[in-house]
Amino acid sequence: MGSSMTRGDIESLATDFYDLLESFKHAPFYHISFEIFLVLAVIWLVFFRKPRAIEKKLTEREKQELIDEWQPEPLVPPVDPNHPALNVRVLDGIVGKTVEIDGKKSLNFATFNFLNFVGNSRISEKAIQAVQKYGVGSCGPRGFYGTIDIHLELEERLAKFFNCEEGIIYSYGFSTIASIIPAYSKRNDILFVDEGVHYAIQKGVEASRSHVKWFKHNDIQDLERLLAEQEVLDKKNPKKARTIRRFLIIEGLYVNYGDICPLPRMVELKYKYKYRIFIDESVSFGTIGQTGRGVTEYYDIDRQKIDLISSSLEYSIGSIGGFAVGSSFVVDHQRLSAQGYCFSASLPPLLAAAAIEALNIMEEQSTPLFETIMSKSKRLHKKLLSIKGYSVMGDEISPLKHLRLANALNTIGRLEEIVQFAQTRDITITVARYLTDEHLLPEPSIRLILNVEMTDEELEFLCTVLQEALVKVTS
Amino acid sequence: MSNYQTNKPRDDNNRTSDHRNHEEFEETPTWAAVVTVLGYAILSALGWLRDFLRHIGLEEKRTAHDPNPKDFVPLYQSYECFYTRNLYTRIRDVFNQPIASVAGAKVHVMERVSDDYNWTFKFSGKKIPSINLGSYNYLGFAENQGPCSEQAIKSIETYAVTTCSTRHELGHQRYMKELESLMAEYLNVEDCMAFGMGFATNALNIPTLAGKGDLILSDKLNHVSLILGARLSGATIRTFNHNDMKDLEAHLRKAIISGQPRTCRPWKKILIIVEGVYSMEGSLCKLPEIIELKKKYKAYLYVDEAHSIGAIGSRGRGVVDYWKVDPNDIEIHMGTFTKSFGSAGGYIAGKKNIIDYIRVSSHSACYSSSMSAPIVHQIISALSIIMGRDGTNDGQKRIQQLACNVRYFRRQLVDMGFIVYGNDNSPVVPVMIFMPAKIAAVNREMLKRGCAVVTVGFPATLLTESRVRFCISAGHTKEMLNHALKAMDEVGHLVSLRYSKKNPHRRWIELDHADYDKEYTS
Repeated sequence: MGSSMTRGDIESLATDFYDLLESFKHAPFYHISFEIFLVLAVIWLVFFRKPRAIEKKLTEREKQELIDEWQPEPLVPPVDPNHPALNVRVLDGIVGKTVEIDGKKSLNFATFNFLNFVGNSRISEKAIQAVQKYGVGSCGPRGFYGTIDIHLELEERLAKFFNCEEGIIYSYGFSTIASIIPAYSKRNDILFVDEGVHYAIQKGVEASRSHVKWFKHNDIQDLERLLAEQEVLDKKNPKKARTIRRFLIIEGLYVNYGDICPLPRMVELKYKYKYRIFIDESVSFGTIGQTGRGVTEYYDIDRQKIDLISSSLEYSIGSIGGFAVGSSFVVDHQRLSAQGYCFSASLPPLLAAAAIEALNIMEEQSTPLFETIMSKSKRLHKKLLSIKGYSVMGDEISPLKHLRLANALNTIGRLEEIVQFAQTRDITITVARYLTDEHLLPEPSIRLILNVEMTDEELEFLCTVLQEALVKVTS
Repeated sequence: MSNYQTNKPRDDNNRTSDHRNHEEFEETPTWAAVVTVLGYAILSALGWLRDFLRHIGLEEKRTAHDPNPKDFVPLYQSYECFYTRNLYTRIRDVFNQPIASVAGAKVHVMERVSDDYNWTFKFSGKKIPSINLGSYNYLGFAENQGPCSEQAIKSIETYAVTTCSTRHELGHQRYMKELESLMAEYLNVEDCMAFGMGFATNALNIPTLAGKGDLILSDKLNHVSLILGARLSGATIRTFNHNDMKDLEAHLRKAIISGQPRTCRPWKKILIIVEGVYSMEGSLCKLPEIIELKKKYKAYLYVDEAHSIGAIGSRGRGVVDYWKVDPNDIEIHMGTFTKSFGSAGGYIAGKKNIIDYIRVSSHSACYSSSMSAPIVHQIISALSIIMGRDGTNDGQKRIQQLACNVRYFRRQLVDMGFIVYGNDNSPVVPVMIFMPAKIAAVNREMLKRGCAVVTVGFPATLLTESRVRFCISAGHTKEMLNHALKAMDEVGHLVSLRYSKKNPHRRWIELDHADYDKEYTS
């Protein structure tokens, strides 16, 4: 039946308890405070003290043995001497519409020379004048006498070209977007990034240490899904949500895929889900849009709705460096927070002068030039589609296209054979090169780039050679 | 605390050099530190008051407005911009000063005026001719005339301004090979690779050398590009006190004995990253001691010689030359072409197998445009002059002129009673000014006297250690240096910059100039 307490037991317990309380009343104050202290100390010891790490009590001899035994790995792993990067073609001349390799001239479809500004005499002339006035280097960062009047002119011209309040230039294309993203997005913020963005953006995203949500390349449904999921989390904790900044990072025209982002829908979603849009228009600047002003012009979207447009000066403009344009509210922040701007020497003046002259040419030639490049891209696209055996990636108006072999035949080895064969027929093309630690390594492809000055005959010849190469490789 | 080096630099015949390797960092006087902190406190208090007035509408809000609707999460937190809004903007006119000429020994600073206390600027059209003590032009190659710029101009005609292609594709020009082999010869190493931007050289190549499971031991005062590169690599980073060899050794021992945190696995490799000359302190790294430590503990060494290549050493070959150590003891030599060669870009040099690996896996080689032809030809031309390949001894003269100028300038500043940091041989001369208001005062007063100087404060330096940083050039003549010293003397008197407790406070006119002149010509 178990032990049940008798009435007597309960009474004696109650008496004991009463005596205990009485003794508290009569005990001296120091006694009580000491008791309370002991109780608190026990509670702390049991619940709150972190277990101390067991310290290694090694003898000096043991420590020396550990030091002697430790063997580091070699600083770098061994490299295959046949790696393509160690056996690159050595050139010695202007890499323009044509390029001279091993003494023979060939048509160049491999470099980002969309508007054929490489070797342009007006641009070279302006660059020479800049060297005669400013020397070659700028000898300092922007903060310390490295700001030259020609930089300010270029920034103003770029801002005016895009009809934005302010522009800022960087001295290296890769560092531009890689410095911009961490300047705004910090640890607690969220970045919605397209999976197909190029490497510099991936590095910028990594440097920011923010939460990254990758959505499938150009897949608006996937983006909406992620945004909706985030909204649910926000509703759960609205106070925290008010402190998390959100950014959408996309490219205007993707270097790795050749397709254009679905910007109108993304701008709609911007106002619904309250994020800011940063577009990298390295390839789309100077190639699409009626006057070369990029995707915003192509879709006829008000540029005030885009928070920041960044681009490289190393593609259509034919110089070196990068820039960003947008409202003063956004752009001015970079002058103190973008590492690639504050802690690096400024752009050499001759490259800024070359960029200004390139902008001049773009503005002078305007619509006819850009309509030409868009229509030639369309024609090339059609011609390439007609070659059976290749699959063509990229928008039809994009001057940058990726060519793959259809089906399971697509390997780097075969593509390299096509490139080599094309070279023997005086056509220079290249396999797109990537590092192995890309977020989403694109499939092997040949990156074809259209130069606006290519004639229809030359495009026809390119397709003929590609056709012959295909036959050779697949036989 | 001052520390005398036990290792003395050696000259070409391996004899201990006459010029002492003395490095000093006089301690901040307590009263100066207190007044500085008080100054920042007053500025902050005024800043809060102004923010409050702006909030209630009594004062105009001058910062730009967000074009997005109000229910967007604010792009900047108010407290993040407090410093910019209330402290930086007050003295904004002394930073980012535009110039309108070549950044040589003399420069034309464009005058800016502001009607609204530095929120917006207008150009008055006036150009102020000044002695350039702010640009990095150590060997005086920032010239718009002469053999280097002629080579650059010729190359624009032959190669155009850019290739629009990467090194892995169609950007590998013959002149790149020429530059790299010349640079490897200059540094006395096996191979070298050049990149278009110095900052990117560090930030994009350190990730290829270190990764998860590696340890990077970085000096506390390393440049931002080194820190960014180390962060991007994913390795564990630990900092050791600036130039403190005991601390470095303690870190090395602890790392090898304890292994990785949590798992206690041994580290895969340890990389020590130091700089040749530290650009804010003017100190030199203690290379012989670091090499000794590195050999003892089997670590790898990465030396960033951005400010020391060309500017230090009897033959201008950097700290390796200064300390006469074996270049093969250092795994990675890194440097930039911006400072001593009057161009742009950076390089990494070392053993062939390391450089081959970098050629294959560098982010820059795979995704960035290759270097512009005139930039490369300027470097090749400057290198040929420094190495004496052009048949003249112009290169050696420039190196000696720089060393002479540095000694002349530093000695007199120290003898006047200013606190000057750094090594006696470093062309970077930081003079302490401590108080925030003096940052603007020194800059403006020196410009009035025809000297363009660089003054830096928090956050580029510690809160109490604002300084004016002079960059001496081989292009500076004795007259220019005298003019600058006289100006500094006047400004130092006007603004009270003589803080030294070790050296007596003297006016320039009280110095024994015959003594300095004697040393100048030797």
